[in-house]
Amino acid sequence: MDKKDIVIKVCSGTGSLSAGGKDVLEAFRSLAASTGTQAEFRDRCTAHQVGCRGFCSRDVLVDVIINGEKITYELIKPDMVPRIFEEHILQGDPVDEWMAGEQHREFHAAQTKIVLSHCGEMDPESLDAYLASGGYEAAHQAFVRMTPGEIIEEIKRSALRGRGGAGFPTGLKWEFAGRMRSKEKYVVCNGNESDPGAFADRCIIEGDPHSVIEGMMICARAIGAERGYIYVRDSYALAVKRLGLALRQCREHGFLGSNVFDSGFDLDIRLYPAPGAFICGEATALMKSIEGKRAMPSPRMWRTAEKGLWGRPTVINNVETLANVPRILGRGAEWFAGVGTENSGGTKVFSLTGKVKNTGLVEIPMGVTLREVIYGIGGGMVEDRAFKGIQLGGPTGGCLSEAFLDSRVDYESLALAGTIMGSGGMVVLDETSCIVDTARFFLDITQAESCGKCTPCRLGLRRMFEILQRITNGHGRNGDIELLEDLGSHIRATSLCGFGMTAPNPVLTTIRYFRDEYAVHIKDRKCPALVCKNLLTYSCIQENCTGCGLCKKVCPSDAIRGTRKKSHKIDQDLCVKCGSCFDACKFDAVLRE
Amino acid sequence: MDEVLDKILENYFENDGNSLTILQDIEKSYGYIPEDAVCRISRKLDIPPSRFFGIATFYSQFHLKPRGKHIITVCRGTPCHVKGSEKILNRLQMELDIPRGEDTSEDLHFSVEEVNCVGACGLSPVVVINSQVQGQMSINRMIEEINKLRALD
Ligand SMILES: Cc1cc2nc3c(=O)[nH]c(=O)nc-3n(C[C@H](O)[C@H](O)[C@H](O)COP(=O)(O)O)c2cc1C
Repeated sequence: MDKKDIVIKVCSGTGSLSAGGKDVLEAFRSLAASTGTQAEFRDRCTAHQVGCRGFCSRDVLVDVIINGEKITYELIKPDMVPRIFEEHILQGDPVDEWMAGEQHREFHAAQTKIVLSHCGEMDPESLDAYLASGGYEAAHQAFVRMTPGEIIEEIKRSALRGRGGAGFPTGLKWEFAGRMRSKEKYVVCNGNESDPGAFADRCIIEGDPHSVIEGMMICARAIGAERGYIYVRDSYALAVKRLGLALRQCREHGFLGSNVFDSGFDLDIRLYPAPGAFICGEATALMKSIEGKRAMPSPRMWRTAEKGLWGRPTVINNVETLANVPRILGRGAEWFAGVGTENSGGTKVFSLTGKVKNTGLVEIPMGVTLREVIYGIGGGMVEDRAFKGIQLGGPTGGCLSEAFLDSRVDYESLALAGTIMGSGGMVVLDETSCIVDTARFFLDITQAESCGKCTPCRLGLRRMFEILQRITNGHGRNGDIELLEDLGSHIRATSLCGFGMTAPNPVLTTIRYFRDEYAVHIKDRKCPALVCKNLLTYSCIQENCTGCGLCKKVCPSDAIRGTRKKSHKIDQDLCVKCGSCFDACKFDAVLRE
Repeated sequence: MDEVLDKILENYFENDGNSLTILQDIEKSYGYIPEDAVCRISRKLDIPPSRFFGIATFYSQFHLKPRGKHIITVCRGTPCHVKGSEKILNRLQMELDIPRGEDTSEDLHFSVEEVNCVGACGLSPVVVINSQVQGQMSINRMIEEINKLRALD
């Protein structure tokens, strides 16, 4: 009787909600429940939210599944819902023109979804949905049927490595902590996601919070911890909310608390909203922050697995690392290890952004080439412009040039090329992106985010930033490139933590691969990509100007003179070089050089 | 003020809290960290105020000055930068008369802040207007949004 064979899934990540996802869901729900709809359909129909599927630029995405047959719609607005409901659901005739097309297929086809397998399929706020897909079976097995040694062995055989950046073998880390004799141990989930440009962890938490909790439970059992903390960036409002809800559900169901699964073990996991700083992602700094202090890294005299939070053995793992764990116990270590490369099992989620056609979250097996990601999943460059470079690993990562397009994406290959996997940020740059400006942008972040403990990092990054600033402002000096290289290598060598050791990377790698572009900025005072504001001038091309006056209207600094129907002029003293006139002109009459 | 602070301290003792949670509670109650509140707490707990300010200035979550009625946060993450967030930021500051080096207009109507990333990178450039994430922002749409907010006042 109660057979729900018509399922409507509406994306509900941050991206979708900002595009009106909530209203779309409500529209479906109210139509499905409305008295005008035949009772037969009312009973068969269910509409619910699902986690982000990573293709936010086409939001709101909606799946309509009738008798197992799925049709995906894209760019759906609430006012489009009645037609889909009427034609597709009631009459069985899908609305062709709104269906997700080739781009959508291309984006998903080359991906392998393991960590993201629930995102886009399941209601993240429903424990029942998670349980129905086999959720918490792995944790149950870990608590009731496996010994800690067996769990650790299984994780080791899966070749799972930390997804937080450093790629440390997860099983080994657990083994270190497991060996310690201590009454109190902790497991910490690192959800700081420091890299501004990566959003995989946010999507995993928003779309599948229970997998992360289950991963932590398994880790806690393996090392013998009774307390866990989930450290999530405070500005991820939806992620914080859904985790809080998921934790409450677990406590109500007895998955957390005392005597978990009647195993005799206790486990409590708490949410800790991170107060916001890049450095909080670094393991020793993160622990200081949980202890209520300034998040300053400390020297690594001990492994945190041996001496961590409040001096107790502590395993810190990344969100994505932990979300992989239940899958490994569920489907077996061999299967997981078989997906990746020899040294590194499984997949990695990347945040593909920048100047590619398809931007979003992509999950690929370890070992795929950059070219496959950019031209396959990414669909190639926006407006088919020329590829210039790709920044991997965020502001402390490195920028690779075209010569590296066939590099494989795994820890060793990327390190060899001079960059890092980091937390999976991939920003694609094209010929309209300025390399020097990009490096300046990253240094602007890192010089502000240095915790200040080590002088080379605190002052050195600031000096590097100032040098880059003067180069992009047209005041570069001879010798600046060498000075940057010198400073950068000293900061790398003399900083305490991973932040200082990697923060000069964007500059050092761009100098290595794009030295000429730096030289042109300094010697010719020109920006070939036409990005650096102070190296540009805007002027009016008299022959093309029709005197329509649009530029005058959009100019924020009243720098444009001229009477209607006569060609205009830009007053160079008043021009703030915002480019509004260039963007507005319909007659190609504004010259930017 | 004392009542609010007593509540915060109660929370502190009950949840074996720390200096950071106190500051988070103050920020939540007042919308920023008033100097006076910190000094009173510090006297009650006999912890020097410098300890609190040291923490408050370290993390981006805390604000030492009152913020505007409407808070517009421009995402300055990498994808947003590549798609021109700096232009939006500059124009906003100009449009709303935000004094140089400040976040908030003198009449306390608007604050224009930057955030490292809100994690909605697929929608870059992103602006958060009063906690609502708005993607694929342009200068023109931004100005429309400001006018909507002004019309509310
Ligand atoms: C400056 C800096 C920032 C970091 N940021 C993060 C982060 O945001 N998220 C994360 O999981 N790891 C981050 N890490 C790595 C952590 O220190 C740690 O290696 C990781 O959380 C361990 O988990 P994993 O083994 O599962 O990767 C950062 C490291 C450094 C040096």
